[in-house]
Amino acid sequence: MREHSNPHAAADAGHAVAEAKRHMVTYAIIGVALMIGTAMTVWASYADFGSRKINIVVALAIATTKGSLVAGFFMHLISEKKMIYSIMACTVFFFAALMFLTLWSMHAPNIVHTPH
Amino acid sequence: MEIPYAVKPRPDTGLYNSKIGIWLFLASEVMLFGALFSSYILLRVNAEPGTWPHHLLNVPLGATNTIVLILSSVTVVFSWAALKMNQFHLYKIFQGITLLCALTFLGIKSFEYRDKFNHFEIQLKNGKVADGHINRAKTTQDLFVFEAAREVASHADLMEPPAAGVRLEELSIPMTDIKDRADGKGKEIENYGPWHSSYLAIYFVLTGLHALHVVGGAIVIFVIWGPLAKVWKQDPERYVNRVEVSGLFWHFVDLVWIFLFPVLYLL
Repeated sequence: MREHSNPHAAADAGHAVAEAKRHMVTYAIIGVALMIGTAMTVWASYADFGSRKINIVVALAIATTKGSLVAGFFMHLISEKKMIYSIMACTVFFFAALMFLTLWSMHAPNIVHTPH
Repeated sequence: MEIPYAVKPRPDTGLYNSKIGIWLFLASEVMLFGALFSSYILLRVNAEPGTWPHHLLNVPLGATNTIVLILSSVTVVFSWAALKMNQFHLYKIFQGITLLCALTFLGIKSFEYRDKFNHFEIQLKNGKVADGHINRAKTTQDLFVFEAAREVASHADLMEPPAAGVRLEELSIPMTDIKDRADGKGKEIENYGPWHSSYLAIYFVLTGLHALHVVGGAIVIFVIWGPLAKVWKQDPERYVNRVEVSGLFWHFVDLVWIFLFPVLYLL
């Protein structure tokens, strides 16, 4: 352990340690939630919802929730600086555009490609 | 020459530059995997009926790999928190577990790849299709031997896993019973490599690219953990930043797998 001659520095370090410990509890909870989510994903893929489309929607909804937990807590996106949010906003925009083009192409035969 | 704002945050952004750098890199990675996911969607939606397999891959192994990557993500953030608490030995332990998880993930993935390269589909002259894992020790030029196989009426019947309770048994097929290829170059024998179907092509591309990311991330984490550990004593703040940046990449790798698992293994 590094020693702190300045009482303010020692207090800051103590605060940082308390904060890090609090973070670790959160990370452990999120880790357990992600593992439960994995079990739910496997269950949902075998469950009979009447249509395979519903299985797909449920599995992707669980995956999106798990992904949000990883991005929000492990990657600290819930408490990031504005610059990071700007980068993410651009990414989300272009990713959404890519998915939109993908889905649109399936409903626009003879424009992008011809489905069988 | 000292790289500016590698440790201290820039006053205008409030961030050190490497953090902005890794987020920009991750943005480009989102588009890389996004393009491949887009290809997956197009291939799947436009697949002929009866050509897209369901539960072809080993779900318990895929689920185990998901748990392994989640565990590694937890140990990465634990290691970062340990450094924040000045507990370097704890950091070493947690990041050591991360590296073990990376090796475990790659080991399981290699086993799965090997399994697919040993999995064969054979078109028989009687119109049926035989499918299973090859027994290389018993297979000769005249006889193809499956360790465990099933015979079905058509290729489309292979798109669903064998019904519960059906026991796969050893099956020997004389080469004379196997259909000749239309181009005259050998028999209609093909393993489940990337050339077998659109599904396996996109499976190998997506998981192969992801595995390369696991290898890359593990190398960076190892270098910071081992050879560069001395930086902790010289410049602890810089060291914590390196751990954070490498951790962000590792979480992204985990995040991609969270989507790959249901998409390729379950749906």
